[in-house]
Formats: sequence, C-alpha cells, structure tokens
Amino acid sequence: MIEVRNLTHIYSEGLPHESVALDDVNFTIADGSFVGIIGHTGSGKSTLLQHLNGLLKPSSGTIVIDGTDITDSHTKMLDIRKKVGLVFQYPEYQLFEETVAKDVAFGPGNLGLPQEEIDARVRRSIELVGLDYEAVKDVSPFELSGGQKRRVAIAGVLAMEPEVLVLDEPTAGLNPKAHYDILDMVQEIHEREKNITIFVSHNMNDIARMSDQVLVIDKGRLAMDGTPQEVFAREEELKAMGLALPDAAEIVSQLRKKGMELPAGCLSVEEAADAIAAALKK
Amino acid sequence: MEFVRVENLIFDYMKTDEGGAPVATRAIDGVSFCVEKGSFTAIIGQNGSGKSTLAKNLNGLLVPTEGEITIDGLDTSDPANIWNVRQKVAMVFQNPDNQIVSAIVEDDVAFGPENLGIDPAEIRQRVDAALEGVEMGDYKDKAPHLLSGGQKQRIAIAGAIAMQPECIVFDEPTAMLDPRGRSEVLKIALDLNRRGMTVIFITHFMEEAACADHVIVMDGGKLRMEGTPRDIFAREEELKALNLDVPAAVQLASQLRARGVDLPDSILTAEELVDALTQPVPAEAAEEVSS
Repeated sequence: MIEVRNLTHIYSEGLPHESVALDDVNFTIADGSFVGIIGHTGSGKSTLLQHLNGLLKPSSGTIVIDGTDITDSHTKMLDIRKKVGLVFQYPEYQLFEETVAKDVAFGPGNLGLPQEEIDARVRRSIELVGLDYEAVKDVSPFELSGGQKRRVAIAGVLAMEPEVLVLDEPTAGLNPKAHYDILDMVQEIHEREKNITIFVSHNMNDIARMSDQVLVIDKGRLAMDGTPQEVFAREEELKAMGLALPDAAEIVSQLRKKGMELPAGCLSVEEAADAIAAALKK
Repeated sequence: MEFVRVENLIFDYMKTDEGGAPVATRAIDGVSFCVEKGSFTAIIGQNGSGKSTLAKNLNGLLVPTEGEITIDGLDTSDPANIWNVRQKVAMVFQNPDNQIVSAIVEDDVAFGPENLGIDPAEIRQRVDAALEGVEMGDYKDKAPHLLSGGQKQRIAIAGAIAMQPECIVFDEPTAMLDPRGRSEVLKIALDLNRRGMTVIFITHFMEEAACADHVIVMDGGKLRMEGTPRDIFAREEELKALNLDVPAAVQLASQLRARGVDLPDSILTAEELVDALTQPVPAEAAEEVSS
C-alpha cells in the first residue's frame, strides 16, 4: 500500500522565482492496483513521480510504502529504489551497455547481489518484457528496433524487482500496434507480479481501459481521485484543465447533448457501440 | 500542379560490419508518388517503415541511392540545387529540444534567415510575422527552455516559416506533446496549408492523418496504400495488418454497422458520426433498424 500524505513540493523555496509544484497532495493506493495519472503538461505529474522513488524530497509531507516512510532521511536510498522502479519517458535513451544482458544487469549489479542471482534476474526480466533471452542477450541494445529498445529499458527496471512499478508515458512515440503491445506487456507483468503499477499517460483511451484508479493532477493539486467511470463523468471540469475524454466517451457525450438518450459511463468503443445501437432500437 | 515528385526512390543506409566491409541496409525500396502544390499529405506507417528516411530525402538531407526526387522541378541529387531545395522545403522534427539553438525565442527564429544572409530589417519582419503566424508573438523575448513542449514546437515551426519555404515537412511533430500541444501544432499546420503552404505531415495519430487531403501508407520501406483519408481508413483490416489503426470514429461506426445500425460508408470524424446518428432517419431506414 502507498500512502501519500500532505505532500508539498516547492521549487526554489525562498527565492524570488519559487513555485509550488505540488500542493498538499493526499491519496492512497491499495496493493495490486493499476493506477493511471493524468494531468496537463506542467501540472506536477512528473514532480509527483520523482517523489515516489526518492529522486526528489518533499518540502513537507510523507510517502509511506508498505510501512516504510521513504521521505524519512534515515531511509536508505537503495531500499527506496528496491521498492519503487521508475521507467522514464523514452527510456531507450538511457540504454548504454554493450549488450542487452549487461544493460539489464546494471541495476541489480548495484544492489550487491551474488552473480547467480543477477543472472537469474536478467533472464527473468528479459523474458517478462516478451523478448527471447537467448536471441537478444549478446546483441547491442542499439541494434534493436524502437519498441524492443524500450522493452530492454523496462527490463532493466524490472530486474530491480520493485514492489511498485511506475511508468511515465510508456507508449510515447510508438505506432498503434507497438503501443498496444507495450501496454499488453505492462498489463501482463502486472497480473503476473501482482505489484502496484502506476502509469502516466496523455491517452485517455488507455487510462480508461487499464486503470482501477485514476488520479488527476491540476496545478500541483490532486483534483480528482476515483475509478475511470467516476473521473470521466466530470467532463466539464476535465476540459477546464485542458484534459479530454476517451474518444468513445466524447462521441457519446456529443450525442447526449443532441438529445440521444444514452447511459453515462461508456468509456470504450464497444460500450459506446452497444449503448448507441440499443438506444436506436428503442 | 505537382510540387514533389518521387520516382522509384531507393535509399540504403551504409554501415560497416565487424571486418570493416560496407553493408547496405535498404530503408526505402522503390517508392513513387507525387505531392500537389498546396496540398496536405499525411504519411503513416509503423516504426521502422521508412517514413523518416523518406522525409529526409524530401529536402536533400539525404539523397537517393537510386531513383529521383524533384522539388518544384529541381533534382535533389544535383549538388548545385541543394540550397534551392532546402530553401523550398523546410523540416520540423519530432523533438523540439533538438532543433532549438538559441537562448531567446526570436533569436532562434532568426537563425535560419540570418544564415541566408538576409538584410536585418527583412529578418526582423520575417521573425515577427513567423511568430505571429504560430501565435507566439508575446513570447519573442522569452527563453525557449521555459516554454511547454507545444510552445517549443511552435517556435521550431516559426523558424521554418521564417525561411519562407513553399513546403514544410513535419516529421512526427506531435509525438512528444500532450493533447493540447498536439492540437495546437496540428491547427498551425492546417492554417499554414490553408494559406497556400504545401504540407507533408508524418504522424502516428490516425485522427491527425484523417485531416489530410491525401494519405500515404508506408511499410517495410515500400508504399503500401495511397488515397484520400476516406479511402484509406475504409480499409481497416489492411491497416491493422500493417500495425496501424483507424480513427476512433471510424472504429465506432464500423462496430455500429456490425450491430445493424445503418450508416454511410464515408464516416471519418466524430462530428460526421454524431451528425449521421442524430439526423432524422428516413422512414425505410428506420424500419430496417427497428426490425
């Protein structure tokens, strides 16, 4: 369980250009949840993510993960990193080693684990991201396709065996098929590891389809916290924050405004098609 | 009138193997098409399909291994034409951070025209007009790194406009932007096109490609499909086989048809779908739906 309490972060505190990036943010994430975070650029999403794995320390407030307060200055950074794995946007730009296996081994190597354990983790992580270990282990990561590189980068984080996996826009820049492949992979890992998975996305279709819980960040504050149905029912508020509805929900909303009687809460194309077809048959 | 003509384009990237011998990797394999002056052409295709290589061939950043590309009649592989070609075709890339060179917005926009050796008064005029054109006039003395992604991309576009090209090639300009930034950039590209600019727009977002006059689908270095968005997005199965997709409105329309709802084949946008569903249904069609 993750408990974020009164989290505030002020950049350049006390200086003339100080700015409040996070303002008294509170939320709880239950074990095994899949959480989507949305917010306009500059809303504070990235600042929040960087707090979750200790890259930034809060100006005030606490983050407790499974009973450990990661904001406590006595908590070892290494322990935080073991708990929370953060996959940055365009993680493939962080690949650097000569071979895929060496790149994935870099994180666990820093944990001081015995070599056999490292090797086992590397194999397991590469397989978890859907790559053939024997085929790719000795290949330079730079020889791989964009989608494969991203998988290797994610494997590097998984090899740390984090209890919480955080992904910042894992599908940015991918074509539609690669986009779904990466999300399916994340979903599969989530189901297999039963970990907490948190992902940031600008794609409302993905947020609606995958999340158990959606957090909406606006101007440094937690504006909404609920199920996709609850969050996407608040259309006017979301639009005022520069956010959109899932595509199907947007069409349903326009149809409702034109007088068609449709139920609320249709988020996917299938749900919308069922509801519209039913309404037309009345 | 034809502005870009690509004929049997083949492009190989050269690498060296472990022994130092050259190895060719074919990125574009026999592609031919034309782009009309003043048109808006979208190019879609999965990662590695050759889209970006094609884009770089369109303004002489890369020149054909075989085949020919002419820009407004100028052969790009003739070194004597290269500056004229680059003057006519400007590029905007995916990552605005990689193409912004100055610490002040207006200096950045002036960079291109300065390199052309243009008179300072004229540069001033071009920079102001270009920044107004992308609605960034109020930011001319700001530092680019303090702007949002969408704003930075607009600065990069202003830099291209200030060169007064006849065509702008956008290589996935919206991939790194949030929804608001994406719609800002698409709107600017459509506005430029309305005012006569030839636009070539590479994207992974099918909704953006749906705004074009003409769509080109690339796969494995080959041109697989070509036509109007309506023609292309009617071929949902073929697109999916190429790891692409159709816009959400097209998906929803086809699922509604599968559920017995009578809809015209031509639906492409959410607006068209909403209109088709809310317009009074002719009597015989209504019967069909209710039966």
